[in-house]
Amino acid sequence: MTYTADKPPHTETREELQRRIPGWGADLDPRDRPSVPRERHDTGATGAHWDFPERQEEKRPRERSVEHRTLTPVFGTVAPTHGLSGVIRRYAYRKYSEARAAHWLLLVAADRVDAVESHLRSFATTRPDNPITETGVLSEFTRHGISSRFGRKRADLNHIWIDPIVVAGPWLLAGGVLYSAVRAVTKRRS
Amino acid sequence: MRAMVYRGPYKVRVEEKDMPVIEHPNDAIVRVTRAAICGSDLHLYHGMMPDTRVGMTFGHEFIGVVEEVGPSVQNLSRGDRVMVPFNVYCGSCYFCARGLYSNCHNVNPNATAVGGIYGYSHTCGGYDGGQAEFVRVPFADVGPSVIPDWMDEEDALLLTDALATGYFGAQLGDIAEGDTVVVFGAGPVGLFSAKSAWLMGAGRVIVIDHLDYRLEKARIFANAETYNFAEYHDIVVHLKRITDFLGADVVIDAVGAEADGNFTQQLTATKLKLQGGSPTALNWAIDSARKGGTVSVVGAYGPIFSAVKFGDAFNKGLTLRMNQCPVKRQWPRLFEHIQNGYLKPSDIVTHRIPLEHIAEGYHIFSAKLDDCIKTVIVPSAA
Repeated sequence: MTYTADKPPHTETREELQRRIPGWGADLDPRDRPSVPRERHDTGATGAHWDFPERQEEKRPRERSVEHRTLTPVFGTVAPTHGLSGVIRRYAYRKYSEARAAHWLLLVAADRVDAVESHLRSFATTRPDNPITETGVLSEFTRHGISSRFGRKRADLNHIWIDPIVVAGPWLLAGGVLYSAVRAVTKRRS
Repeated sequence: MRAMVYRGPYKVRVEEKDMPVIEHPNDAIVRVTRAAICGSDLHLYHGMMPDTRVGMTFGHEFIGVVEEVGPSVQNLSRGDRVMVPFNVYCGSCYFCARGLYSNCHNVNPNATAVGGIYGYSHTCGGYDGGQAEFVRVPFADVGPSVIPDWMDEEDALLLTDALATGYFGAQLGDIAEGDTVVVFGAGPVGLFSAKSAWLMGAGRVIVIDHLDYRLEKARIFANAETYNFAEYHDIVVHLKRITDFLGADVVIDAVGAEADGNFTQQLTATKLKLQGGSPTALNWAIDSARKGGTVSVVGAYGPIFSAVKFGDAFNKGLTLRMNQCPVKRQWPRLFEHIQNGYLKPSDIVTHRIPLEHIAEGYHIFSAKLDDCIKTVIVPSAA
């Protein structure tokens, strides 16, 4: 088989499969499946009662892909651009199409800037960011953190040690920089 | 209202957020009664999806009760119990008119390469999601459906993405009677893909993962033959051996962007964010499919380039099929399969967590603690 014309046989017959698997073959006909054909023209099927939707009001300038002719009639309004991350994001949308790696890499960079900006801003509020509660890491103690990982053949053990560095690294780095700065200032004064 | 809010990679919390309002005449406001954490939410949680902004509420799997409707809404009323597909779509653009609801052109100003998705970054339109007490649902006459009286609410919840996507993945494989189908990933979508492959007449269904508890679930829930890739030097060679060196007729990638099995791919994709995803499962799918076979991709990848073994796909003459699932197209048939007892989606739910504890919910799911497969979030106003 394989090196000859016949397909390697299965061990189970159709009848055996029908007995063993509830519903086996219920969608056997490839033409009678919900996503077949992939494209089917049926505008009446969706519930839309418009040719083109009314336009949602643009209450503040909304960034958009340069691959769109205009702003789409409906859009999300959560978390408008702001700060330095906003400057980067608006630039990425204005300057580069989705086809350009720069577009996406700038957006990823803006995400990191946004996180730093938001952490700093949170320290001026009554609810500063708390990496212990916000990472949910205490569930390691209540949800079998050790036995879920060790003594099992998990392939992710070779990289999960990086996660604490990704999460805590920037905090430790910022703390170190702050400590060095304070130390330098106090040394200079004394 | 209380809502999950993203605070940066690996950090979420619950905070008071403004109530959503009607922003378009066909909007509805839905009071969420159940939401779920999806495996693809972890790509946002890990900071992999470009333009994921601090302050966004995640959650594209949710059901609830209609609280308010906009002036042009005809098909829903206040008090209706609804299930909401994860796709935000208009129902009338070129793509929606052809049934490609997940590729709608009228709902996502940020990108043309993807449609609208609730709570899934600005790359997918900048809509808040349903891991909250309330959520704005655009095009209320198009997306949501009233939950049938006979349907269990967790079954309805899983129809909003995981079950529909898994079933769609099996369809993309164009499975013919007697085909050998390999499914990479024994998470919710992989389990549903495996289960669906049988409905389409597969002769053999094989599920691959590295988490033994999930493989056990694949054996029990999806009647599948299973292998832990961590036990094999090369899982592709093993798959060739057990298929008499032919390879599988159909392979389904139900893992997506955070696939394990290759340290370099993990490092560059999930830690350094220099790839749109770690395509290890996709590369294994390409290499374990038989020549002329089909690879179906329903695991989610980001828009940045990924190191995919395209030459192997080319030289083997593979058919590669993929998309975000157009959820509502799947529902009528899936309703029948649930009523006939062929599918019981809520059997995969392992954890139910109050919204206030969502940070723990994310960590448990992300770190795969406590034999977690599917986490349901229960808002306090439910």
